[in-house]
Amino acid sequence: MLDKPIHQSGGQLFVQIREVTKHFSAKGPPALETVSGTIETGKITGLVGPDGAGKTTLIRLLTGLSRPSKGAVLIEGEDAYASQHYLHQMLGYMPQRFGLYEDLSVMENLVLFADLKGLSGPQRDETFSHLLKFTDLARFTERLAGALSGGMKQKLGLACALLTRPRLLLLDEPSVGVDPISRRELWSMVSKLVDKSMAVVWATAYLDEAEKCDKVLLLSDGKLLYSGSPANLTDTMTGRVYLARLPQAKRRETIAPLLADASVADAILHGDAIRLLTQKSADLAHIQGLVDGELVPAAPRFEDAFVDRLGGGPDGRSPLVDAMKTHTDTGEAVVEARGLTKRYGSFAAASNITFSQKRGEILGLLGPNGAGKSTTFKMLCGLTAPSEGEGRVAGYDLRTAAADARGRLGYMAQKFSLYGDISVAQNLSFFAGVYGLGHRRAKERIDAMLEAFDLTAYRGTTAGQLPLGFKQRLALAAALLHEPEVLFLDEPTSGVDPITRREFWSHINALTAKNVAVLVTTHFMEEAEYCDRINLIYRGKTIAEGTPDALKASCAGADKSAVTMEDAFIALVARSEQAEKETAA
Amino acid sequence: MTGPILPAPVRRTLSLARKETFQIIRDPSSILIAFILPLILLFLFGFGISLDANSIRIGIVVQDGRADARSLIQAFEASSYFDVVTAFDQAELEPVLVSGKLRGLVIIPSDFSERLRARDPTPIEILTDGSQPNTAQFVTNYAQGVFGVWQARLFGDAAAKPSAAITPQPRFWFNAELTSRYNLVPGSTAVVMTIIGTLLTALVIAREWERGTMEAVLATPVSRIELLLSKILPYFLLGMSSLVLCAIAAVFVFDVPFRGSVFALVAVAAAFLVPALGQGLLISAVTKNQFVAAQLALFTGFLPATLLSGFIFEISAMPLPIRTVTTVIPARYFVTSLQTLFLAGDVWSVLLPAITRMLAVGTFFLTFTWLATPKRIA
Repeated sequence: MLDKPIHQSGGQLFVQIREVTKHFSAKGPPALETVSGTIETGKITGLVGPDGAGKTTLIRLLTGLSRPSKGAVLIEGEDAYASQHYLHQMLGYMPQRFGLYEDLSVMENLVLFADLKGLSGPQRDETFSHLLKFTDLARFTERLAGALSGGMKQKLGLACALLTRPRLLLLDEPSVGVDPISRRELWSMVSKLVDKSMAVVWATAYLDEAEKCDKVLLLSDGKLLYSGSPANLTDTMTGRVYLARLPQAKRRETIAPLLADASVADAILHGDAIRLLTQKSADLAHIQGLVDGELVPAAPRFEDAFVDRLGGGPDGRSPLVDAMKTHTDTGEAVVEARGLTKRYGSFAAASNITFSQKRGEILGLLGPNGAGKSTTFKMLCGLTAPSEGEGRVAGYDLRTAAADARGRLGYMAQKFSLYGDISVAQNLSFFAGVYGLGHRRAKERIDAMLEAFDLTAYRGTTAGQLPLGFKQRLALAAALLHEPEVLFLDEPTSGVDPITRREFWSHINALTAKNVAVLVTTHFMEEAEYCDRINLIYRGKTIAEGTPDALKASCAGADKSAVTMEDAFIALVARSEQAEKETAA
Repeated sequence: MTGPILPAPVRRTLSLARKETFQIIRDPSSILIAFILPLILLFLFGFGISLDANSIRIGIVVQDGRADARSLIQAFEASSYFDVVTAFDQAELEPVLVSGKLRGLVIIPSDFSERLRARDPTPIEILTDGSQPNTAQFVTNYAQGVFGVWQARLFGDAAAKPSAAITPQPRFWFNAELTSRYNLVPGSTAVVMTIIGTLLTALVIAREWERGTMEAVLATPVSRIELLLSKILPYFLLGMSSLVLCAIAAVFVFDVPFRGSVFALVAVAAAFLVPALGQGLLISAVTKNQFVAAQLALFTGFLPATLLSGFIFEISAMPLPIRTVTTVIPARYFVTSLQTLFLAGDVWSVLLPAITRMLAVGTFFLTFTWLATPKRIA
């Protein structure tokens, strides 16, 4: 969905960021380096960038809670740090994870923040009733904030930030961990709020959100890459973007040579097609020669421009090809879930999850946080016993031979789950030991992994100090040491920059060529496009299954091209809720 | 709900304090620490751990068979402190002592009567098991006590004699039965209040940092002093209610006499909570991490309150450097004050200096907390 920017008018200068640099320690790179920009009223300004780009640091400078090492943040001409008291009277701030007291009820949270901001009397009651209506939380005033869903927490956080009609509303990653429906609701709520007297800053790592902002400050590694309207940046890519429509079976083998080609800046899988960003004045006939299918011009997206700014995608080669053995494809399913159900008391975290996965296939479990993806994962790893149903991995029944099954699978957790305080090589030898590799083989495999992931230079580096992208490579290396037949990835690329994500998926592509089955959980709609098949999970149940294109097509109206994965998701959820209502009635 | 008449800072403080109270009430662990843990500790110290010697097995080697010696043996046998085995040959009992079945030997030498009459200060010999220093100390002290009392009675009976050499007579004031429970129960009250004052408060600010709520609060017009006060008030009340519980348990369950006034008790406890809360807040202001905060609170609060407050180990018996360290440990003054209040009464000459020192340490902690509490993030 591509909302056109709504708030072209307004636009009074409200915040000036003047060559701001922020160091947290004398050593190491600065969190922000000479960043300048402006924030105007009547606009939603997106603070855009991957994790670690400096978004939160900049937001904290805007709140006046943190002081720039160099430069200044001026709010209506006043220094933010020096005039905090004045600033806090007109500020609405929603920190990451919403800043709510989880052991207080919805109403108690509102009362607390109203008192802190000096809102009282009839004015307070009026504001409460207005905000509760606006956020649709009126029914839940007595519920503890901790017992709310992600989407409701987000709305309550917004309500607390809005209590005193702030003139500057700062939202730090408001949509992380929230389902797409709530994400859209929040966006439309905030859009309604923006008027001539209010400036909104919305920090996000999602580039589709960035696209909808009136203006963006694009950050990468603490540096400002772009400041201005996202459409203007996107438009610079016009004429360089194509969709290559191919038979599904061919897309993985086609993408690597495309990325390696000098005239292609970037290529990603997009359902059955490959989305191509060509270099300026590239020879189209040459590119056509690399593709066994039709090349159709496509509308550029913000992400294309971002990738171009970052110097284009990776070269598509994965040295993993030489570092992994090819598993024989017996044609049988390698991962099987039959009616997997997990109940906690009366609550079913996952119910009747059924699927089977072939070798060399990438299967995505897609759904918002709390939908039951992790529970399903844990059951398939043998970490938790299903209440009902059965699961098999590489032929081992998880009820009877969970340990054997685990020996055949590699697992990469969502958070960096290696040991941050020991070196890269030590981490790998630890995992080699855990997987029971013999001394000689362990050495061989560790060297192969270090080489394949370009980590040799970091051998002795403490893992916790690696740059984000390298941490991720290390985590993948650890999961692949024992050459598993099945690879489980839990939210593998949430929050990473688009280049790192592409690189990561090049590796995954290389693995599928070796007949490794890859099971991915993601809440990230874009990531779902990389999968061969998707199992859409919502509230513990599979609500749809199929290839990304099939799912999108099933929701398309007359105009097929306009449907994104997120649109499909929302439509499918609505459909399943409708069906449930009908069964109930 | 607070009315609109209150000035904004007061309203903000009260609102934050009310929030803190809700959190305390809803968090089962804080109730556990404030009310269940004290009871467990009191029971442990009150009944389980006793520093009193009762029925300690000792041997008496009798090398003198005359009436004086027999009378002394009877005195030992009559004492509730000892369980006595007698023998004539030291060699017979020594291996039993070595094996640990006896805690000590009292040797009545063959010239005991002569020595006694000659006013030899040490007519008997006491052998103890040095591998258990505490018990050894008790055996020595109590054996001397038994001997002293016996000797006094002996010469008292013979008071007709004008040989009125002054006999020392041990008298234990305030705790005439020398029941260690009387000291331990007030002492453990101090430990309990240290846990509430220091450990719980150390966790609360760190918790707000970890959960991201501190940022939300700091971005409002709240000031540092309001933030600190709102943390202090509820935990002060919690500490005081825990004190009431401990005092009631001490008097009614453990039969510890209470000779002071309630007013003095409240004054002393309030004075103690100032440094205890101050220390907890200081810890949480510097660490921002619950785990580190808990460790620091244990090492700088709980352990000194247990080991260096004079509650278990007497301060006067500590080496000078450690004794010096104890002067900055508020629990030390609190233990002294509590023991005074329970066993002696409102001895203001003891209580006032103690209160002054506790407040002094408290002011020190609070000043640093004030300086270390960020109204900013970094």
